[in-house]
Amino acid sequence: MSRRMRQRFEVLVVGGGPAGIAAAVRAAEAGRRVGIVDDNATLGGQIWRGESEAGSEASRWTERLRSSGASLLRGRIFYQPEPCVLLAEADDLVQELSYEKLILATGARERFLPFPGWTLPNVMGAGGLQAMVKCGLPMQGKRVVVAGTGPLLLAVAAYLSQHGAEIEMICEQASWTSLAWFSVALLAQPSKIFQGFQLKKELVGIKFSPNSWPVAASGRTTVESVTISRRGKLETIPCDYLACGFHLVPNIEVPVVLGCEIQDGCARVDDLQRTSVAEVFCAGEPTGIGGVELSLIEGEIAGLAAAGRIAEASSLFGKREKLRLFAKRLDRTFRLRSELTNLPQPETIVCRCEDVRYSHLRDHISWRAAKLQTRCGMGACQGRVCGPATQFLFKWNPDSVRPPIFPARIESLAGLTGDSKQELCETTGGR
Amino acid sequence: MSHATYDVVVVGAGIVGAACADEFSRRGMRVAVVDCEMVGSGATATGMGHIVAMDDSNAQFALTRYSQQLWQTLRPELPEDVEYDQCGTIWVAADEEEMIEVLRKRDYYGQREVPTEVLDSRTLLRLEPNLRPGLAGGLLVMEDAVLYPPCAAHFLMERAQKRGATFHLGQPVADAGQGRVRMRDGSEISAGIIVNAAGAGAGHLTPGVEIKKRKGHLVITDRYAGFLRHQLVELGYLKSAHSISSDSVAFNVQPRRTGQILIGSSRQYGADHHEVDSGILARMLQRACEYLPGLAQMSAIRTWTGFRAATPDKLPFIGPWPVDKSLFLATGHEGLGITTSLATARILVDQITGTKPEIPIEPYLPSRVAKEHAHV
Amino acid sequence: MSSPLTVTVNGAPIVVPSGATVAVAMVIAGKACRVSVGGEPRGPLCGMGICFECRVAINGQPHRPGCQILCEQGMDVRTDE
Repeated sequence: MSRRMRQRFEVLVVGGGPAGIAAAVRAAEAGRRVGIVDDNATLGGQIWRGESEAGSEASRWTERLRSSGASLLRGRIFYQPEPCVLLAEADDLVQELSYEKLILATGARERFLPFPGWTLPNVMGAGGLQAMVKCGLPMQGKRVVVAGTGPLLLAVAAYLSQHGAEIEMICEQASWTSLAWFSVALLAQPSKIFQGFQLKKELVGIKFSPNSWPVAASGRTTVESVTISRRGKLETIPCDYLACGFHLVPNIEVPVVLGCEIQDGCARVDDLQRTSVAEVFCAGEPTGIGGVELSLIEGEIAGLAAAGRIAEASSLFGKREKLRLFAKRLDRTFRLRSELTNLPQPETIVCRCEDVRYSHLRDHISWRAAKLQTRCGMGACQGRVCGPATQFLFKWNPDSVRPPIFPARIESLAGLTGDSKQELCETTGGR
Repeated sequence: MSHATYDVVVVGAGIVGAACADEFSRRGMRVAVVDCEMVGSGATATGMGHIVAMDDSNAQFALTRYSQQLWQTLRPELPEDVEYDQCGTIWVAADEEEMIEVLRKRDYYGQREVPTEVLDSRTLLRLEPNLRPGLAGGLLVMEDAVLYPPCAAHFLMERAQKRGATFHLGQPVADAGQGRVRMRDGSEISAGIIVNAAGAGAGHLTPGVEIKKRKGHLVITDRYAGFLRHQLVELGYLKSAHSISSDSVAFNVQPRRTGQILIGSSRQYGADHHEVDSGILARMLQRACEYLPGLAQMSAIRTWTGFRAATPDKLPFIGPWPVDKSLFLATGHEGLGITTSLATARILVDQITGTKPEIPIEPYLPSRVAKEHAHV
Repeated sequence: MSSPLTVTVNGAPIVVPSGATVAVAMVIAGKACRVSVGGEPRGPLCGMGICFECRVAINGQPHRPGCQILCEQGMDVRTDE
């Protein structure tokens, strides 16, 4: 049986990426008792994961966090049993985390679109493959096609190439016209909105093809080749990996469960990053996809505001505004073209957890109807992959999030007592 | 659809409304079904989906057993996605006192030709090795089954549609009675017969119909094929689940065709919101883990709540509503709506068409509780 | 950098760099993590604990997210095979 622990914080931060780290740092430096909880093995979020280069922005912030006095917790938030309490599950531990102020910095995930063969092993997200390489997957001599859309593709291609991969092609669905602004910005932008911008020297010599997207991946047991639609023609490229993601989707499940107002798929926040729920703040990607720099600023503002340092927080508004404008343009640049709704064939699997095919989904009127009749979205990922895909394909609105926020052990849910009169560090049996 | 005329309008596209549409259309009547949402989206979507013979009362037994037999007849026609699985129910006896109840139940079922088998402690563990050791035994009711209700409702609706029934989904009803159903958008559908099959909302639709919402919680796990083979219910269920006044939990789990384990059950009155109640959820899961310790380490994918339509005497309302000649009720099935949907439709249509029902219908007639309202 | 580790995947030893997740070990081993509901082999997709495609049994515990768990010397990893 797992242990159960209870901890109290003045400020609890959910998510250990740039926004969460910045929030925790600013709140802790302001003298608040801060906890920061993340479900991955290392801090830094997807973008900073595994970056330990001395002097880098990532290591500067991580260092600052370590000396700030904030408690670093490993666990996955899965349930809110009562107001101002969240439960986090780790290997053999359930942590009951109570807070006065909560900062949600839950980051983003990649958007995946279904096409024939996308379920083959070694077809991964672009950020997905990068994460695997950061965790030790060797790339030396591996042929990789990077495809989809968004600035992440460039960052990933550069990273993989640095690690010995042969990037066969970067296929970007956006057109040259919409990319024109982006390429100018890429050259002109002195700071780095995304990690990839600084890596453009690594991209020299890599074939970058706009107006291109994958139409099929094939192979026997793993992917062996990918067929690309490139400027209206089909082209098949042999590869060992296909790294494919269609920009990012904010992780808003925790804000939704807490009752925060959602607008256009993002948590709505005010100037001080406050959500519609009184004690809850939100920063970074869940308020709108904007990249590292915007996440850091939003995190700082949220951390300061949660600690009551309103004047200091306000001094950062101007910088945030500029970055938000940039993020908006980015969003327009990488908007998905409507042809991509034709990617799935009738037999293409859309819901990977339950193996629900496109032909079984297309006649349903809503996400809920499809869920009930086909099990789409009823599997372990709880609709995190097929939800955004069907939103694009069928214009459905994935409905409310049901607890647990992530799959959790029955004992973790059963240990809930519903009363708050437990000891500070209670252990309920076990080791 | 304004002023369209049908023989029957069924309000509610849950399993009961769907079964009614199917049965009316089978008898050649022109049917329209209206629902504020979609097919099978209320208690049909949130319930467990068992097809069980129950013996709380003779009337409950008669209806559940008759309906179970109708399901068995229908079974060859059910599509794969309905996941009809005759896994049987084991009523688990924790101690010798509950074993006495096992024997009583065996006699009751035996006298009514329901096949059962008494299980001693060893046989119980052989059939369900993941139960905790030391349980006294149980009663296996072989013909009990589970199915996936939303697809069952869809199947019945589609069959009705092929016979000409029409659906008006996503349309909230303002009021129903006096030979017409009026939508909130102002349009009307008229028919000689209106069936209120609105489940927990039936009392709202027809004032005077005494339906209370009885909230339930369920949890479903990831896939663990082979962990569980039968539906399991604790015999303590009779003590806990049936107390009318207080919140209760009982051990009731089902193996789903997918390998998932569906874990129930809880009963609460007076809780009107959909949110999961962490206290009830914890009690329910603790109870389940007491019987199946291996559940504790399993991964729960989803929890949700739903509302049963409960009547004061725990029997459904099936038949004419005395204060309105055009209005019939098919509601109040509490936790047995999936089981009894087919029989409900059969005996309701029998009443309307003047056919002799196969079981006595008096215990289910709404007039049994509507008498005082008739005088108002 | 500490030395490589050995884990077993369906009984066969696989050497992985230290710091590797179980999902990485699966890809190095060339093994699918799970067989889908419809019988297809599946491997990691998101690499960050979202998609649950890399679920494997670790030391006897089924459905563990391989991409969020670091390999440990002697770890026993099993797939749906």
